[in-house]
Order: sequence, then C-alpha cells, then structure tokens
Amino acid sequence: MYNKLKQEDIAYLTNLVGAARMRTGDAISEDYSHDEMGGVSRMPDALIRVMTTEEVSAILRYANERRIPVVVRGSGTGLVGAGVPIEGGIMLETTGMNQILELDENNLTVTVQPGVLLMELSAFAEAHGLLYPPDPGEKSATIGGNISTNAGGMRAVKYGVTRDYVRALTAVLPTGEIMHCGGKVVKNSTGYSVKDLLIGAEGTLAVITEAVLKLVPLPAITVSLLLPFDSIKAAIETVPVLVRSKASLTAIEFMERDTILFSEDYLGKRFPHTTAPAYLLLTVDGNDQMVVDKELGNVAELCIAHGAWDAFIVDTQERKDSVWSARGAFLEAIKASTTQMDECDVVVPRDRVAEFILYTHEVAAQLNMRIPSFGHAGDGNLHVYICKDALEEEEWERMLLKAFDLLYGKAHEMGGLVSGEHGIGYAKRAYLSRAVGEEQVMLMRRIKAAFDPNGILNPGKVV
Amino acid sequence: MEIIVCVKQVPGTSEVEVDPVTGVLKRDGVASKMNPYDLFAMEAAMSLVEQYGGSVKTLTMGPPQAMAVLRETLYMGAEQGTLLSDRKFAGADVAATSYTLKCGVESMGTYDLILCGKQTTDGDTAQVGPEMAARLGLEHASNVLSIEAVKDGYVTVVSDLDEKRQTQRMKLPCLLCMEKDVNTPRLPSYKRKCAVQPTQLYTLSAADLATLDESKCGLKGSPTQVERIFPPDKNTDKTLHEGTPEELAGMLYQTLAARKLI
Repeated sequence: MYNKLKQEDIAYLTNLVGAARMRTGDAISEDYSHDEMGGVSRMPDALIRVMTTEEVSAILRYANERRIPVVVRGSGTGLVGAGVPIEGGIMLETTGMNQILELDENNLTVTVQPGVLLMELSAFAEAHGLLYPPDPGEKSATIGGNISTNAGGMRAVKYGVTRDYVRALTAVLPTGEIMHCGGKVVKNSTGYSVKDLLIGAEGTLAVITEAVLKLVPLPAITVSLLLPFDSIKAAIETVPVLVRSKASLTAIEFMERDTILFSEDYLGKRFPHTTAPAYLLLTVDGNDQMVVDKELGNVAELCIAHGAWDAFIVDTQERKDSVWSARGAFLEAIKASTTQMDECDVVVPRDRVAEFILYTHEVAAQLNMRIPSFGHAGDGNLHVYICKDALEEEEWERMLLKAFDLLYGKAHEMGGLVSGEHGIGYAKRAYLSRAVGEEQVMLMRRIKAAFDPNGILNPGKVV
Repeated sequence: MEIIVCVKQVPGTSEVEVDPVTGVLKRDGVASKMNPYDLFAMEAAMSLVEQYGGSVKTLTMGPPQAMAVLRETLYMGAEQGTLLSDRKFAGADVAATSYTLKCGVESMGTYDLILCGKQTTDGDTAQVGPEMAARLGLEHASNVLSIEAVKDGYVTVVSDLDEKRQTQRMKLPCLLCMEKDVNTPRLPSYKRKCAVQPTQLYTLSAADLATLDESKCGLKGSPTQVERIFPPDKNTDKTLHEGTPEELAGMLYQTLAARKLI
C-alpha cells in the first residue's frame, strides 16, 4: 500500500530542505522510534527537522504523490504511540519551529509555532501578566502535540482543556494545501469547524504549523489546600460535595500515599505530609485576597466535615514547589517503580470517580497486579497504571489486555470514555469503537479519507 | 525542650525595587512572606519538640504587619509568637538587629535552644544569628545540616563546612542556624489557624524590653549605614582556575595583587 523511501526520494527531500536538517538510516537517534509509551516502536526512514509551513507543504505534496507515509513528532512525550512511525517513511520533527510569533494584548492571543514547549509558553504568558490555562503534567511537550491530543491537565476543572484555548490554526493537508482555520475571533459560526476537527486528531488529518491561542489575565493569587483523608474512598467521595457546593476550584487532584512515596524516592525529596492513606489537592485562584481566603475557608470546612483530617495551606512558591513538584513527577515515579507499565487514561462522570477508583483496587486484587492511580478528581479524568513488575512478557501481555478490558468495560458502563487527554493513538484503537460505536468510527474514517485520500498521514492511528 | 525560633518577614518575590533616592527596599504594595530559610528552622524545631517534648516560641522584629509571619508559625505548630516592633527599631543594621533580638530573647524566659534560618532572602548577610549568639554568650553553629541527638544537656549537630562536615557536641542552651533544604517544612494547618487565641501573640516595644539600651538599636545603634543600593553591573568575564585549595588560594592572591585589589 505504501512505497518505501528510495534513494531518489532522499535526494529530492535533501535538496528541498538541505542536508543539515535531513537524516536517514543510522544517523537517526533511536529516540525517534518511540514515544513515552513502551512496547511499540519503529524507526523512521528519514527524519526532517522542518522550519516553515511552505516546507511542510512541499514535503507532504511529494510524499502524497509517492505514497510515502509521514508522521509528525514534537517532543515525543505522547503516551499512546501516536507519534511512532509504525509504517516507517518520513518523520517531520517540529521542534525547530519554536518561535512565539506575536503577543496580541488587544485580543489576548498569542501566535506560536507548533514546536514551542508548553513550559516556554506558560513562562512567556506569565511574564506578561497572562495565563495559558491548559496545564498537563508534561511541561516539555510541544504546543503542537498538546493541540493534537487536546491535552487537558490540572486546571481543567475551572478553565477547560486545550480545545478551549485554540482560536485559529494554520495547517497543511496531506495533499499539500495550506489551510487557515478559525481566526483571532471570540465567536465563530462560519461553517463546519475544521479547526476543531484538527484539535485532538493526533496528527492524522493535517500538520499544524501555526496556532493562535487564547490567553486569560493571570490571577494574582493562587493557593492550594492539601487535605489528608482516612481512605481514597473518603477523599474522592468529597469531590461531588465540593462540586455541588459551587466552590470555584481551579484543580481537584487526588493522590494515594503509595504514589507519593514513589515520588519521594524518585525525586529524592520528602513530601510535606505522608501519614494519611489518601489526599485531595485543591486549588483556588483569584485577584482578591479576602475572596480567595473566604473560598479556601469554606472549602476547608466542607472537607473537614467530610472526614479530612485538616487542610494544609500551600500558599508560597516554596510550598507550591514542595507539593506540586511531587504531583508533577507521579507518572515518572510510577514508571521508575516497575519494569514496564501501561496506562488507562479513562474519563468518567465526576460523581463516579470514587466508584471507579475502588473498582481499580478490585481489579488489582482479582488479577494479583499492582495498579496505582492518581488523577484529576475534579474533571473525572483518571490515570490508572497497570504495572508489569515481575511478570514474564507473555503473561504480562495477557494480563494487561484483561485489565484493560475490565477497566474500559467499567468506564463504559458508567458513561465514561476511553481517553480524557492522552488520545487513542496506536495503543487504544481497539477500545475506540466500544466507546463511541461502530457508526461513529465509520464516520471518522470517512472524515480521514476526505482529508487524506491516500492515507499517508500517520497511518495506523486513531481510526 | 523549650525552643525559640527567630523568623523574618521578607518580600514575597525576589524582584523587589529599590528606591533610587533613599536606597531602601520598596516594600509597600509588595506581597510578603516568611523568609524561606526560616521554614527549615521551624521544621527542625517542631521535629525536636515532637521527639523530646516541650514547645516552640517564635520571635521576630519588624513593622506591625510582620505579625503575619508569627501567625504562620502558630499554624505550623508554635505555641507563642513575639513581635518586637517600635519606630526606634527601624533602620537597624545587623548589629542593631541582633542586639534588639537579644533583648527580645531575654524577655522570653528560659529556653534550651535558639534556631534561626541560615540567612534571609532580602538581607542575605547570614550574620544576625551568629551575632545574637555572641551577644547572648551562647555557643553557636551555622550551616547546620542535622540535629542528631539531644542528651544530658548537650546537642549533637552536623554542620556543612563546604569541604568537610563537622559533627560537634554543644552545651545547651545554644544557637543553631539551619542550612536550607535540610528538611521539608510542614505546611500551615487550617485547623490551627482557626484555633489561634489572641493571647498567643505579643507585641513588645522598646519600653517593654527591660534590658534594652535604646542607643544601641535602630538606625542610631547601627555602626554601618547603607549608602546606596543598586543593581550590580552585569559582568560575565570569568577565568577558571583548577587546583588544590592551597594552589587556588595562591592563584587568587596573585590575581588580586596583580590588579592591585589587595
């Protein structure tokens, strides 16, 4: 179905971008064969560090004519194998397109190239008294990657996800045409939203080469509360109470003691409190100290009434670092605690989170596996890690499938979905139709065919 | 074990403007917080009390709003906070500050140990703690990494001397300046915050301190004066020398002498 990259193709592409930005064969680092998910890898035949929209267009036009697969890669921090070139071919690396092009303070937008890192964008916005709210744990991800997975993160409870902050996209279709979708506009009812199709498409529909993102004023005050509870059940059952109380919370995270201890080992730093079996970590932001204090007081009282031992105040930068650096390291810490792991990034209605987490404990006991978890209790998005530990490879494969079946089955039963923020990519394809139905998958395939008639862009992913 | 922890209120960020005319830090309108180094002293004190019993009292000098950091020490577990506040204390350098704090300590009754942060993030002198010890006639140790044991009227501490670690047994009472990052400071508790009683917080003026000689505090009592505060010129020139400490000292001497700096 696809053509292998030939010498003449390499010559053409080298001529197009120059030898300095083109690599083939052994000159490509092994890193490019995988993302942060284990278990799926393949080397690209050519790696091109792209620098302009026009260049991307020329490469795609050529690849489409020659039926050569193309995969786009940012920082390679994905967790579902979406950036793995499973059919080989050309890999376009966007990290060279890393310029912040414009800050428009009249429209509160920032225009960026796709290779800008999330941490660079948030620092840039904050330096101008503004906030780019999406806040996924992986700060070294590129914005292009964040848009392609519709990344969420910890502030989603109040601010929403990446999709809510993309105003416009410049993208190149697999056939080479350059498209401008959306604009620096707040409202838009102008036809189908192609922009929104591209967000979360995991690089299967087009290559994003520029984005206009919405910013909001940076809240002057951000304070978190760390709340210890007797059990994960008690902790998470407080969440619907908080939601019902109409408290204006930016983040509601839950964490278990074991995960915190892994993170302590991993970072070599002690967490400020570790004697409770489970914790909630809540954040309130605002511009008026009195208002924020009142909100914090109400939330603390409510939690204490529902079993929190106390409410510890995380107000200064030092305190935020001591708590949030551990929270930010959970994924890596769990990874370091086992031989291999795979993740279930389900999202369930917020009032079912406690039930789902307790179910993961049941599954862990039933399968005799370790299944630690943490996540965004406030938005129902859970990160559940199935750990290989001492299992033999074959046994691991079998048990992993079993665990996924049980967990996704339960999520479906609760009205949940397969992925909250990591995407479907390669790894979760089998579970897509179960979640959305065969008709919707067929519709997605027809959309894919409309964008990419020859199927050259990121083949074997999502649909 | 009765412990006094000395704390200071500092600007909430490191980006503080300096008034070009008076050379004084512009503190108005800048959010403030407890000196981050003091948090390590607070945590060390609370751990000792948890282990050996007793209580923690805290002490600071500053304007009335500095009471906020004392409140915070109560949320972290202290039993009592004392603020030394008087216009006569204003403009104090390290000598006058350590003198005033010494008089404050003398007003607080008996104690076994005084803990300080190693330095502050605004003044950065790291001198007030050791000077207080000298004025109180106490032994002291700086850059303390850990407090190993308290036994029979002595405390064993490990200090960081850059190239070496020094373990010493010191007679109580004594004064220790805690190195940073030696522990993870506990977070302030909301429950303790709600339980604070007005009787736990004291403000003392110059007149309240029996041992105080007013001529030795504030601007008047400061042998050093700030002439000018300015951001340093940025200079990225550097020469890298390698060798043993003795060789390096020789090279440094040669370089400074050649430039007629010494």
